[in-house]
Amino acid sequence: MASVPSKLYSDDVSLLVVLIDTNPFFWGGVNTTNASSSLSFSTFIAHVLSFINSILLLNQLSQVVVIATGVNSCNYIYDSSSQTVTENSENGIIPARSSQILRKLEEFVSADEQLSKDLSQARVFSLLSGSLSLALCYIQRVFRTGSLHPQPRILCLQGSPDGPEQYVAVMNAIFSAQRSMVPIDSCVIGSQHSAFLQQASYITAGVYLKPQHLDGLFQYLSTVFATDLLSRSVLELPKPAGVDFRASCFCHKKTIDMGYICSVCLSIFCKHHKKCSTCGSVFGEAHPEVTSTSDKKRKTPMA
Amino acid sequence: MASRQVVMRAKYKNSVRDPGIQGVLIMMEDKISFTPDDPTSSVRVNIEVKSIKSLKFSKEGSQRALLNLILDPDIKEGGCIFEFEKFSDRDVCRDFVSRVLAKLQALQSSVKDSKTVSERPVDEQLSTAEMRHRMKLLQENIELQKLHKQFVISGVLTEAEFWATRKELLAVHASKTPKQRVGFKSAMIADVRPLTDGRSNLVTFNLTPEIIHQIFAEKPAVHKAYLSFVPRKMSEMDFWKKYCRAEYLHKTKNAVAAAAEAADDEELAVFLKHDEILASEARRKLRRVDPTLDMEADQGDDYMHLPDHGIFRDGSKETIDTEYDEYKRTLAQNLNRHAAVVLEGRALDVELGDTQTVAEALFRYKQSELATETSDENSTQERLERLSRMTEIEDLQDSHNLPFAPLCIKDPREYFDSQQANAVKALGDTEIGTKPVNCVLSTQQAYGSLKIIISEIKENGFSYPIVKPDVALKVLNGLTQHLSSTKHHLGKSPQDTVLDRLPQRTREELLHHWACIQELLKHFWSSYPITTKSLHTKVSRVKDALSEIYPKLQGIKESAQSDFRHQVSLLVQPMLQALDAAFAHYDAEMQKRPGKSAERPNGYA
Ligand SMILES: [Zn+2]
Ligand SMILES: [Zn+2]
Repeated sequence: MASVPSKLYSDDVSLLVVLIDTNPFFWGGVNTTNASSSLSFSTFIAHVLSFINSILLLNQLSQVVVIATGVNSCNYIYDSSSQTVTENSENGIIPARSSQILRKLEEFVSADEQLSKDLSQARVFSLLSGSLSLALCYIQRVFRTGSLHPQPRILCLQGSPDGPEQYVAVMNAIFSAQRSMVPIDSCVIGSQHSAFLQQASYITAGVYLKPQHLDGLFQYLSTVFATDLLSRSVLELPKPAGVDFRASCFCHKKTIDMGYICSVCLSIFCKHHKKCSTCGSVFGEAHPEVTSTSDKKRKTPMA
Repeated sequence: MASRQVVMRAKYKNSVRDPGIQGVLIMMEDKISFTPDDPTSSVRVNIEVKSIKSLKFSKEGSQRALLNLILDPDIKEGGCIFEFEKFSDRDVCRDFVSRVLAKLQALQSSVKDSKTVSERPVDEQLSTAEMRHRMKLLQENIELQKLHKQFVISGVLTEAEFWATRKELLAVHASKTPKQRVGFKSAMIADVRPLTDGRSNLVTFNLTPEIIHQIFAEKPAVHKAYLSFVPRKMSEMDFWKKYCRAEYLHKTKNAVAAAAEAADDEELAVFLKHDEILASEARRKLRRVDPTLDMEADQGDDYMHLPDHGIFRDGSKETIDTEYDEYKRTLAQNLNRHAAVVLEGRALDVELGDTQTVAEALFRYKQSELATETSDENSTQERLERLSRMTEIEDLQDSHNLPFAPLCIKDPREYFDSQQANAVKALGDTEIGTKPVNCVLSTQQAYGSLKIIISEIKENGFSYPIVKPDVALKVLNGLTQHLSSTKHHLGKSPQDTVLDRLPQRTREELLHHWACIQELLKHFWSSYPITTKSLHTKVSRVKDALSEIYPKLQGIKESAQSDFRHQVSLLVQPMLQALDAAFAHYDAEMQKRPGKSAERPNGYA
């Protein structure tokens, strides 16, 4: 990491970590269906690269890190602080920075493909938990460089749907972001809302947005997501109406106000079970000397 | 706030015509007492506030300022009449008593209500202190007071039920430490300087019981000498004379003279020489010093900026002379010893005054202290262990593996499903679930097309403009509209809450209702599953109270001005939902009720 004279940092210097969804099934699907409301990968990349350039233009001390979220792997594909000599682009058509990012992106996609060859069945979910963790690791390293550092935030650009099996890992990442006070902004470019990102932004006080006009993505990015943390205290940003945190039971998937919670793994059930279906803990009958691990508790009603 | 005690001069009378006895009337929150000025008088009045039935008083401007406390006839027929010098004095006392009575009655009535309403006996017999603590909590917290008034006094909740959910408030009281004890003065006794009258050679030392106690505590040799010399060998007077003589010699700093006198008088020598007991105690303490103590860490502490460290001793002239070293005391020694004794505190519970008693008590105390100390052998072992613990190098240690059962979650997707549906529904999205993306493509096709797109961009560059102006305008308009509509719904700045924009009265009403609903719901839900009859009655009581709030909320919603109606209904909505959920649960349980005997009893009563 290049060392920038730290005393120059002020409140409005940002470290923006951009997570790009590179799920080939998502982009390929978009491309083949050719729906007018959806976004092609080339448009997406063009808008995102322009956005990154404008962030770096806004404040020359600001730093941008790009992480690709693949199906089998995640990796850093760009870091503005470790930029090597600005050689001219290969063919003069694409600016140097964009060309560098594209080259790395291409390498990443190939590497990701290599990994998927071993799998008999393609997984369609992107590894959001992985790229969130990479982003948080990077930010933690920046935190440790001293008391003066750029203000970090994460921007998730996601198109593919949430991967339910990543639930634990994603929630852990979200809570660790909350703990380090790193806001996670979410821009959903797929057809469905993302429950993960909705929660991530809600918990970390970031912005959640699902743009209506995807061909104007750059406008959304620069109007909403370019806002640094200092300016957020004075600017009005889109706010969701709120998140419904009511849970449904694991057994019947119906929304409940009161139920039983496994004290080991926090699974929710609408009636008493002998054994937790999630973690296998055996629930004792409720006599006074119940052991702590098999305790059965009533869930407090959520109003 | 009003004081907790009133002290007033007054006359106590048995009847209005009785001339009365002059004395002092002390009124406290639990009792009232009267002490006559004449100590020989047999009149003693002690009235428990709870035995007071009512009070009467003479009108302002009438002949005398009287206050009559009518007591429980079982305790005293008639009443206690007090006459005051001024009406203003009387009014202070009258107001105090009536305030205390009102508070007591409020508490008593709620306890009584709870007896009649809940069928289980209220076995909780509150002590006066406990009662007073609760009243104090209510006084300090207006919110709590409102809830208490609304639910306990009206009988919805019993006193015990109300406080059962607030045990942490009551616990603070229980853990209060006993009253502070006075320790030794931090001034050194050396500061009590000998007085000379300037004419004769007479030097006067002034020893008070306090000073003697301190001398014994600071100088174990003197203490020991006293126990062995007085009264067998010499009188107490002679003992202190010798002590003062020795002190005087120390003051003159004449080590040579001190040595000469000590050679002549072996008792005097005891006072002049170094205190052996102290020295051995110091050595013992040294052996016990924590081996990991870092003396250098204190180096920054500055004790040196005060000339003479603020005491009347001149340490600078105390040079060390080995020959008479034994007869010298350095400032540092005295200072340290004094500090140690002050920090140790006063452990004796005997009345100061009789020197012998004090000396013996101190002796017993020291003995018991020695007995409780662990033997040196044990402490050596402990020190060694501590040392090895502190110096161990983390990398070279075994990992402290504690036995644990790994958590294995069969399917984390369950957690996702449990929350996802509601979360996405809240956004008004009809597409629920994780619809898999187009899987028509094979892995190869998918990656292939993505790579082709990337290389196409690299070859052809981006298509400019990145964003078409009309699209950008559309986006900006859309965002602005979205922002202004949410702003309208959710308040101006992120810090503002909707509540701030509502009229004061509406806001307070809403907050109060919300506090009430929360309190009642807490009791409602915690009563399930219903295992006893009293829980059953409690639930129906609480449910009735909840249903009374329902129309009030509707009322607020309807009476709100049109500007705020939308916000108010947004705020009221979750409250109504919470109430509905409780009612639905109540009804469902009532339906099940006939078959309840089959229900497995469970321990959560
Ligand atoms: Zn269920
Ligand atoms: Zn479990």
